[in-house]
Amino acid sequence: MKQPSLAHVLQPKWRTALQRVREERARGGTGKLIILALVGAGFWAGVFGVLYRILKALRAVEELGPLIPGKILGLILLSFISILVLSNVITALSSFFLAKDLDLLVSAPVDWLRLYLAKLGETLLHSSWMVALMAVPILAAYGVVFKGGVLFGLYALLAIIPMLVLPAVLGCAVTLVLVNIFPARRTRDLLSIIALGAAGGVILLFRMIRPEQLARPEGFRNLLDFVILLRGPTSPFLPSEWASQAIMGYLRHELDPLPLLLLWTTAAAFVTLGAVLHRALYAQGFTKAQEGAERFIRGGLWRWTVGSLLGWLPVAKREFVLKDIKLFFRDTTQWSQLILLAVLIVVYLFNIQALPLHRGEPVGFFYVNLVSFLNLGLAGFVLASIAARFIFPAVSLEGRQMWLLRSSPLDLRALLWSKYWVGTLPLLIGDRLAPELGEQDFHRSNVKLIAIGQERGTDIAPGGVIHLLQMIVRGQEVRPVGHLRSGLAAFQSQQARDGEEGDVDSGFHVICYFPVVIIWLWTTRRASEGQGRQTLLPRPCPSLQT
Amino acid sequence: MIRLENLTKLYGSFVAVDDISLHVPRGILFGCLGPNGAGKTTTLRMIAGILRPTQGRVLLGGDDVHVNPLSAKMRLGFIPDRPFVYDKLTGAEFLRFVAGLYGQEGDSVERRIAELLEVFELTSWKDELVEAYSHGMRQKLIISSALIHRPECIVVDEPMVGLDPKAARLLKDIFRQFVERGGTVLMSTHTLEVAEAMCDQIAIIQHGKIVAAGTVSDVRRQHKAGDASLEELFLKLTGGAQIRELVEVLGAVR
Repeated sequence: MKQPSLAHVLQPKWRTALQRVREERARGGTGKLIILALVGAGFWAGVFGVLYRILKALRAVEELGPLIPGKILGLILLSFISILVLSNVITALSSFFLAKDLDLLVSAPVDWLRLYLAKLGETLLHSSWMVALMAVPILAAYGVVFKGGVLFGLYALLAIIPMLVLPAVLGCAVTLVLVNIFPARRTRDLLSIIALGAAGGVILLFRMIRPEQLARPEGFRNLLDFVILLRGPTSPFLPSEWASQAIMGYLRHELDPLPLLLLWTTAAAFVTLGAVLHRALYAQGFTKAQEGAERFIRGGLWRWTVGSLLGWLPVAKREFVLKDIKLFFRDTTQWSQLILLAVLIVVYLFNIQALPLHRGEPVGFFYVNLVSFLNLGLAGFVLASIAARFIFPAVSLEGRQMWLLRSSPLDLRALLWSKYWVGTLPLLIGDRLAPELGEQDFHRSNVKLIAIGQERGTDIAPGGVIHLLQMIVRGQEVRPVGHLRSGLAAFQSQQARDGEEGDVDSGFHVICYFPVVIIWLWTTRRASEGQGRQTLLPRPCPSLQT
Repeated sequence: MIRLENLTKLYGSFVAVDDISLHVPRGILFGCLGPNGAGKTTTLRMIAGILRPTQGRVLLGGDDVHVNPLSAKMRLGFIPDRPFVYDKLTGAEFLRFVAGLYGQEGDSVERRIAELLEVFELTSWKDELVEAYSHGMRQKLIISSALIHRPECIVVDEPMVGLDPKAARLLKDIFRQFVERGGTVLMSTHTLEVAEAMCDQIAIIQHGKIVAAGTVSDVRRQHKAGDASLEELFLKLTGGAQIRELVEVLGAVR
């Protein structure tokens, strides 16, 4: 029987994409597209500009100059690969097992190889396009600084394509195996495993590259050790290293075909092995994935626990809150995004812990400021992500169920009330607990900022201003009001009483984050100008010691 | 044409289909009846090769759907209960795409598309995106897609849902003619009048098992139902006759 071509199987996808662009244009969205393109170009230019300056500066350093850019590229590509593996695992679950068009494709006489390649391509595209776009200005900066010429673009493409294929095949294979292991569609268990594996994998990868060694050249016995480390491959068995070697080899005019050969042959071998695995396991896995959601969920536990706790609420509000909580825990699509967020936080905390701040010697004023504001940024990022992704669209997510809500005598205020509290309570609790788990030391560092400012006698105690701003933007607490009323003196004495409670958590940090950053830059600059960048704390900061 | 041999499907510990054996000969319009959750859709999805049976096998024209999927599926046109259509394709593009999945292209396909769209009165909509179609029009498009490659048998889950009376009549005529020309149709339905009027043979499924099979007269005879209507027979076999009084269920209206 004549089989449809791969392009034919993929046809609806690209036609759909084209149609969406056409519709956008027809709706007068050309302006929107242009703005989007301009923002994208601006972002590219920003990334290019920053990297260009760094590479230019590094290139001027003798001996280490040519080595460090290679190392940086290796690290960038390694982080790309780790993100891609996770992204591909999650995307593969959708494209291979949950997509709506699968019934049509599986019931048609399309052979397994075409189905595999089509879905692999779909997964690859969906999960890698952002990374591929991000790579453009980075590689362009390398090409320009190292004068790679016009052909460098093509060469870089040759190195990057197999590097994208490998995590896609790996992600699909992992998903395929997991779907086969778990009975029925236990996506919940599946995603937990994926998340744990991914978090572990990411931490492992970051550990493997030992970034702290690069930041501590003084820890090497001599310069030679440092150079040897820089010359050595970061992770010789990972395709990111091969891609980095291939690209840097081209740029240094030391063409070595081996890395490219390794990349392409490994990619080909992976696709072949992936296809073999697909042939053996897909039909069984697809059947398991079709076995619907979990059956026989009685939801008794929720009713006994949360239901009892909410017994004082009117029945409509209680049922709404219960419904939202149940749906959240049963709808795994919401989980994957939270899991990704959690992984990012874990990586962040890991990196902060790995910073060379815990060795007992005095810590630079700049570092204390930096860590404090990274914390502030993290709190804002977490809150903004959760609020924007989960709470903001909560009402509109009712979507198809609106007929039921609007045709019932439900008071819309009850709907809004329950949506508000279902979102707010976990945020408030998380906002309180999460920083306590991992960042206690760094909260204290914020308090120390005040002390630094005061000890230095800078005009208006920059740390104090910053903390005051933090407290103002806390919004939900009464204390700041008191501080404002009684002035800075009262604020300082309150700080003395509060001591360790000077944490950075706040539900509304993100709103005021940028003004705070601007003030921080300003005060830091002043402090640096007045006392020089090398100024250290008068005594080792106890909170920053291990 | 369609042969099910000891077909069993478990979802975890839940038995959705329990050791079903059935033969649907060529040139027959066969109806699968049963209450909600009886296992009809699962059976049909196994026949279409979407689900793998836990035990047993499905033969389409002699080919095992899971051993020789390509040749078995070439004979089949499948219409699921909740069909998916790519919203951003036009009706004609969708039909062309499906024809391609069956290895067909060229002028003959274009003629076939025009013919089917004409029959289902979708010609004026052929270049409209599917997202603009009504539910019934989508249903007609799906049925056209199942016929595009001239299958030998059609497996259809709840074909009448969402169709207007005219389209429903048209579909009945199409299935009837298809069967008269040697094709085979296996359909599941809740509409007992449709089954009684259209089907040459029926099977009533309850809790994953076939509790009755044959022509309607055969089933009446097997279960000593006299001249009872198919509805009464169905309720008798599926336990529906024991439902409580309607008034009791609805309660008093205030």
